[in-house]
Amino acid sequence: MDAVVLARLQFAFTIGFHILWPTLTIGLASFVALLSGLWWRTGRPVYRDLMRFWLKIFALTFGVGVVTGVVMSYEIGTNWAGFSRSVSNVLGPLFMYEALTAFFLEAGFIGILLFGEGRVGKAMHFVAACLVAGGTLLSTTWILAANSWMQTPAGAVADAAGIYHAVDWWDVVINPSFPYRLAHMVCASFITSAFVVASVSAFHLRRSRNIEASRTAFSLAMWMVLVLTPTQIVLGDLHGRNTLAHQPTKLAAMEGLWDTTRGAPMTLLAWPDMSAERNRFAIEVPHVASLYLTHSWNGEVQGLKAVPPADRPDVPVVFFAFRIMVGIGLVLLATAITGAILRARGRLYDTRWFLRVVMATAPLGYVAVLAGWTTTEAGRQPWVVYGALRTADAVAPVAAGAVASTLLVFIAAYAVLLVAFLWFARRIVIAGPAGGETPMPSALRPGPDRGAPTLAGAAPALPARPAPAPGE
Amino acid sequence: MNALISADLPALFAALVAFCVVVYVLADGFDLGVGILFLLAPRDADRDLMMASIEPVWDGNETWLVMGGTLLLATFPAGYYVLLPAFYLPVMTMLLALIFRGVAFGFRLQTRRLRWVWDLAFAAGSMVATLCQGFILGGLVGGVTVRDGMFAGGPFDAFGWLGLACGLGLLGGYALLGAGWLIWKTGGPTQVFAREVAHAALLLTGAMMVVVSAWSAIAVPEVAARWFAWPGIAWLSPVPLLAAAVMATLWRRIWTGGDAGTFVLALALFLLGFVGLVVSLWPYVVPRHITLWQGAADPQTLAFAGVGLLLIVPIVLAYQAHAYWVFRGKTRLTLG
Ligand code: HDD
Ligand code: HEM
Ligand code: HEM
Repeated sequence: MDAVVLARLQFAFTIGFHILWPTLTIGLASFVALLSGLWWRTGRPVYRDLMRFWLKIFALTFGVGVVTGVVMSYEIGTNWAGFSRSVSNVLGPLFMYEALTAFFLEAGFIGILLFGEGRVGKAMHFVAACLVAGGTLLSTTWILAANSWMQTPAGAVADAAGIYHAVDWWDVVINPSFPYRLAHMVCASFITSAFVVASVSAFHLRRSRNIEASRTAFSLAMWMVLVLTPTQIVLGDLHGRNTLAHQPTKLAAMEGLWDTTRGAPMTLLAWPDMSAERNRFAIEVPHVASLYLTHSWNGEVQGLKAVPPADRPDVPVVFFAFRIMVGIGLVLLATAITGAILRARGRLYDTRWFLRVVMATAPLGYVAVLAGWTTTEAGRQPWVVYGALRTADAVAPVAAGAVASTLLVFIAAYAVLLVAFLWFARRIVIAGPAGGETPMPSALRPGPDRGAPTLAGAAPALPARPAPAPGE
Repeated sequence: MNALISADLPALFAALVAFCVVVYVLADGFDLGVGILFLLAPRDADRDLMMASIEPVWDGNETWLVMGGTLLLATFPAGYYVLLPAFYLPVMTMLLALIFRGVAFGFRLQTRRLRWVWDLAFAAGSMVATLCQGFILGGLVGGVTVRDGMFAGGPFDAFGWLGLACGLGLLGGYALLGAGWLIWKTGGPTQVFAREVAHAALLLTGAMMVVVSAWSAIAVPEVAARWFAWPGIAWLSPVPLLAAAVMATLWRRIWTGGDAGTFVLALALFLLGFVGLVVSLWPYVVPRHITLWQGAADPQTLAFAGVGLLLIVPIVLAYQAHAYWVFRGKTRLTLG
């Protein structure tokens, strides 16, 4: 395989893995901040128990998010040297500001959030939780500003050598697709996290354990998704209309539309055939795509044939990824509405089939997020910076063998990470937010002593158990 | 603002990048060092204590690595897109190693039976990451192949003897920092263990500092010229002399000095080593190919980045200090 394909595979794999963790921590950080605030103001132990419980999951997730994120920040140089050379004047400061404003904020207060409960007051703990949550949102803001600029570049000009120079920083950051992408992604994270919370709570409710805590969390989460799933669909529609204006080729691939058409049909399912330039086995609803894209019955939508084949993305990938995301969006909406109906009838917590359904929703948000990003990124191809810099010109001068071997190692390492995470998270979940005695991560349990040779004979004989640490 | 732009911006930002690198090396240095010493500690109880002492701060320390990288991208892109492909294998290996050591913090406590796996991941991850940083350092001093402003060498270029010597030196140096930290932050048998290993770490560091200096002076004529030509040698000779003095003081005071003494002296030793490195490499981003002024970003980019740096870096330092303050005093294995 050539270096470009390998570099793309490596980047897609590592970022696809990275995005899984922030998706949960962006939502959970805010949830934990809410619980910390409720515990501070009301003093009800149920909030403290829930907070400690979700903090444990948060801590595990956050750790993986950080270490996989550090990989991303270096891959932009190791894999995409041509990209860095061309756009670093514009995007460099955005990545820098992410580290400066967001990562430091998270890192500076995560210690207090996780281990500080006994050392700082409830109010300070709440402040730390809010700052960490704010950090996750700031991080999302900067990284999406950078990504959106690659989709819809603005506020910069390229010179003859292909190097970009910033002209207007406001335009660079607030580029045309940024507000939509930011809103849609944040909403996606909150939805995914809310369904994870709901799913874990449903698991405990079905087993009639931790009833009070699980009911509280379940109720909060179901209110959350009732508001957010319809919002997300509206945001998605706005996002798509913005894509029509700025990246018409990507939108045509999402819709599977080959010819520029007035009154374009909505294609429910089809097999887009790139060599024949048409859809096979299409199931279509006439005029509907024009209706939701242009809000008019006969609005014109640009087709794929408007650009030469070399400038088109891989249509089936974009087409199906988009349908998976939208399909999941509709399933989640249906779940949220069913929950509201059951709540109105007073049956929310004891309808066993519904609890089972909610348990199964935990992975769906993640799948939608990955599908959505696949739509976005694969739909942008063959460009890295849309309409300006081709992916093939962005790659770094690194030997294909080096990329292939590290890619394999990354796949193996991330598989181990995922399995270990799921294993440990499962144990935390099964233990549940049991009464007030849940130990925090900092309350270490010294393990059994295992002997190891000391370095030199110089040390005095050691007692078998640690002596209590002397005072300060 | 205009005064800022007309000042020698690239040199100013080079100082900032250097500042981030120094903070990273010192901060992550001691927690990598704790990882390097991890398996040498005689008992599990020591390991619990060692990890607990760095657990609240390691994330903040590692963030300086991200900060340094993104700052380089924003202010000296040439350093980023030439050097990272040149050091592809050591960088990737380092990142993988950092992954395993990073997740060990959370995972280790979750299991009793398989705890040794995460102990091993933490220790091996710390050591491999350190060695890779050594290879990167060695590659930097030795120089990389550049054609048409892009890296043009092979994937194994960075793996040389000079890099290995740098790696061993860093291994010793970080272990020394880690031991210093443990002497400061722990008590009882763990502290005794830390004092015990500190001597060995100091020996390794000192030996490798000599080897690396001699080697780069012999193998890289530009470096030799920088150090040994008159009048440079008059200005520069205090650096190695001070380093020797710091090492001698350290050697004598590891058992008898105050609890924080070893840590502070080890930090000083690292600073001197860094000064030496800057002397050898100045004024290049990509040694002996691209200078600071050739490799800097646009002035408007530097200005945009600079405003934030001036305003926010002090705040960041303040709340990082606050985090250390909250967890001040000796680490104990219970709440409160
Ligand atoms: C829980 C996750 C989730 C759900 C339920 C949906 N989306 Fe989405 N979508 C995302 C998560 C997501 C995402 C992963 O967050 C993306 C990738 C880039 C972005 O900003 O958001 C995305 C991208 C994305 C794009 C890409 C536009 C572009 O990049 O140019 C469009 C047009 C939509 N979405 C539209 C929708 C519609 C009409 C939905 C209705 C059901 C929908 N999304 C549900
Ligand atoms: C090129 C793409 C990306 C790069 C270079 C990158 C870089 C990083 C880095 C270096 C970290 C660790 C920060 C630390 O040390 O604390 C991190 C964590 C994080 N990233 Fe990414 N990231 C990328 C994509 C994304 C995306 C797409 C999102 C969200 C939409 C995101 C959100 C976060 C968040 C919230 C964290 C905090 C840690 C966590 O919650 O798990 N990142 N990222
Ligand atoms: C900043 C520099 C970035 C570069 C150079 C870059 C480039 C690329 C490239 C070349 C691919 C492979 C596309 C393909 O296989 O068709 C890709 C895929 C992907 N990227 Fe980006 N991207 C960047 C930022 C981001 C950010 C910020 C995000 C996320 C939030 C992101 C999310 C993804 C995802 C999920 C994929 C997989 C999609 C697929 O398999 O097609 N990328 N990216």
